[in-house]
Amino acid sequence: MPYHSVVCVKQVPDTANITAEAMREDGTVNRTALPAIFNPEDLSALEAALELRERYGGTVTVLTMGPPKAADILRDCLYRGADRAVMLTDRRAAASDTLATSYILSQAIRTIGETYGAFDFVFCGRQAIDGDTAQVGPQCAEKLQIPQITYMEELVRLTDRTVVVRRNVGNGWEIVETTLPALITVIDTANQPRPPAVRKVMLYKRARIQDEVVAQVRQQLPDASPEERQTEVERQLEVLRGRDLLIEQWNLDDIGADLDRCGLSGSPTKVYRVQSIVLTKSGYKEIPPTEAGVRELIQELVVDRTLG
Amino acid sequence: MANFFFDNEDIQLLFEQIDMKELALIQEDQFDDLDSRPDYAPRDADEAVENYRRILEIVGEISADVIAPHAEAIDAEGNTLNEDGTVTYHPLLRENLKRLGQADLMGFTLPYRFGGLNCPSLMYTIATEIVSRADGSLQNIFGLQGIAETINAFANEEIRGDYLPRFARGEVTGAMVLTEPDAGSDLQAIRLRAEQDDQGVWRLNGVKRFITNGCGEVLLTLARSEPGVSDGRGLSLFVSERTEHIKVRHLENKLGIHGSPTCELVYSNAPARLVGERQRGLITYVLALMNGARISIAAQALGIAEAAYRLARSYANKRQQFGVPIERLPAVAEMLTDMSLEIQAARALAYETSRICDHENNNLRVLEYKELDKEEQKRRKKLSRELKRLNSMLTPLSKYVGSEMCCRVADTTIQVLGGSGYMKDYPAERYLRDARITTIYEGTSQLQILAASRGVSAGVFEHYVQPFEQSTYDDPDLQTLKQELVENRQHIDRAIAFIKKRSPSYLDLCGRRLVDCAVYQICGHLLLRQAERHAPKKPVATRYIRQMMPVVRMKCEQICSGDTSPLDQFQALAGKVPVTG
Repeated sequence: MPYHSVVCVKQVPDTANITAEAMREDGTVNRTALPAIFNPEDLSALEAALELRERYGGTVTVLTMGPPKAADILRDCLYRGADRAVMLTDRRAAASDTLATSYILSQAIRTIGETYGAFDFVFCGRQAIDGDTAQVGPQCAEKLQIPQITYMEELVRLTDRTVVVRRNVGNGWEIVETTLPALITVIDTANQPRPPAVRKVMLYKRARIQDEVVAQVRQQLPDASPEERQTEVERQLEVLRGRDLLIEQWNLDDIGADLDRCGLSGSPTKVYRVQSIVLTKSGYKEIPPTEAGVRELIQELVVDRTLG
Repeated sequence: MANFFFDNEDIQLLFEQIDMKELALIQEDQFDDLDSRPDYAPRDADEAVENYRRILEIVGEISADVIAPHAEAIDAEGNTLNEDGTVTYHPLLRENLKRLGQADLMGFTLPYRFGGLNCPSLMYTIATEIVSRADGSLQNIFGLQGIAETINAFANEEIRGDYLPRFARGEVTGAMVLTEPDAGSDLQAIRLRAEQDDQGVWRLNGVKRFITNGCGEVLLTLARSEPGVSDGRGLSLFVSERTEHIKVRHLENKLGIHGSPTCELVYSNAPARLVGERQRGLITYVLALMNGARISIAAQALGIAEAAYRLARSYANKRQQFGVPIERLPAVAEMLTDMSLEIQAARALAYETSRICDHENNNLRVLEYKELDKEEQKRRKKLSRELKRLNSMLTPLSKYVGSEMCCRVADTTIQVLGGSGYMKDYPAERYLRDARITTIYEGTSQLQILAASRGVSAGVFEHYVQPFEQSTYDDPDLQTLKQELVENRQHIDRAIAFIKKRSPSYLDLCGRRLVDCAVYQICGHLLLRQAERHAPKKPVATRYIRQMMPVVRMKCEQICSGDTSPLDQFQALAGKVPVTG
């Protein structure tokens, strides 16, 4: 049977290539100083949804929340085979912590279900490489009141409304079963994300969200009146819609969000202090795997109070 | 994330300098049929060129992230021959092909209507180079897209519709099945029989040897359909699916390109369909196929050489001896600069050849499918003859230059790495093993020289370099270099005149020297053009021309000596036939 999967993706600063300007004085990430990339484990989540669609049929809807620039990764999702993309962008959502973000995303996921048909799966990457909290997926599941399975490494079995998943718990694995709909967070060893498909790149490189069209018209017609610009925006949107190249763009009103729970006002998290901790170790000591060696080791651990 | 397109400045420079818009215009029929094209097709030349860039970006990404990390294991473990006469690819090779298929990269030059990308062949050459840098042996499957091209060019609509969409989707791979135990360079000696059964179905019987990817699903087989005709005119081209009628009897155990399964095939009453017309198999279709394949090998050679050079350069930069990185030692420094220059020269020639191939192919297509008035038809037919003559010289030149360069560069890489290069700890030895086939298959260097030397001596070379010689450079240094090239050509003219007074076998004997001279001249001009628009290329052009011009004079002097002793005094020079072992 076909399944409808929603995949949450995020554009993140490339924290693998850090520069001196990467952190602001208040300890938050300076996103403008780093190149923006597709959060790696979200690519794994997308791949999991695409593989599921290949085996069982259905559709894959991707959702991102962020500034208009994040439309880049939605196009990337279309290049790799997503059926549709939804952009949630709203200035009032800025400065959201994981609580507010998961509230907004869960509202958007509900709206996707209402607009495009009920969803069976929500896939998220385990965590984003900017915040590294791994909280947003689980919090979304709570708000959607659906079961969640985190750290998915393999989708073992899927029969009708029951899914069996192997989750990697670091020093071992668990096999977990749940009913659908369910939210699953995916780790990067689950799969190898497919490359963008050239024919889709050729087509969807022209796909735009409304805000991008507005910005483009502003550039194309710098001296036009607001009315003229508006007419041109409408025209271009119509052309894109006709070619199925207009990426859905929603704001907080479109998803019926309670504004008190969004953005700064919905975010209780405050950065209290940021500390730079450098872990150092000086040399190492080799202990032979003998009775005497083990005795020596225990003695040493007792002395420095690691044991006893 | 690494990317073998973005990290290659020379490829990017050529992509900028070559008029890709012009190629896009002819490839896309001047964009005058916008309504009948699929939604993903570009709408104008700028968009087409943007697509080209994105395609190379994806090729570069897959090559660096997926293909290159698999190369060592595939080389060490190879593919497997099963008892039922089928072959199982190495799992990582399957993974490579899966990724390339997912990325839509297996129908590079096929038309849109079959799901292809409709790219110019130059794009395919660049992509082949990038893939081959990651794994030289993968070219032998990725680079077999010429089989689909041949079906597209010569088979009927039914066969095209049956096979081409599957190629474009990456579902099938192909093989060109030509060589037999007694028919290698001399394909006219092919014996595999094609006979029609009672129902009129063609049936193939016989044995083929050294078939690259002979385990592929779609086989283009050259077979003798006219038992009474013993030369090339008795041969026709057939397409067949792999079935139990075609078995792999043996997988060759080779020096290199271990990822590429080289098969011995046994045909037992295998059903097949005729491609195009009877008797044109060798003389028309295979020659066309071979021309494309030769450029592919030139690209493969460039890729392997690029990989080898990068290893040599980075090693020499880090390896300290006598208190300095060894790249500062004069002997090593020159090895490295020679390698770099040779690669740049061979690349300039291969890309230029592909560009001209695109002009030829598209001109032929227009002549065949478009309604033209008499004048235009006449003009295009004349152009077609000129381009054909030019390509019959440039294609074998590119293959010869690229492959010989690749062997030298891979060999020198081991030398730069010294003892470490000889060990399996570094991929240097793999590069040399992979490189070594390039001067042999798709026509040996000796055959390429033979093919090219005709054009060089018959005025095609002269005709081609004239516009270069007549151009002027604003930069006085470049102008001086160009003048040196012009003056040097007199030596070549004299050598050609000398050859013409001798018997035809003298051209065969000194063909290599003559062809080398032509190559140095052509590459010198191409590098000058690059330097004119891109200052960092000036030292490259200068060094290349200053090094090569004395070599041209030396070779011309050797030609004009008229020495035929390797023929006249063969016994005295080669000695008695020795006992081997």
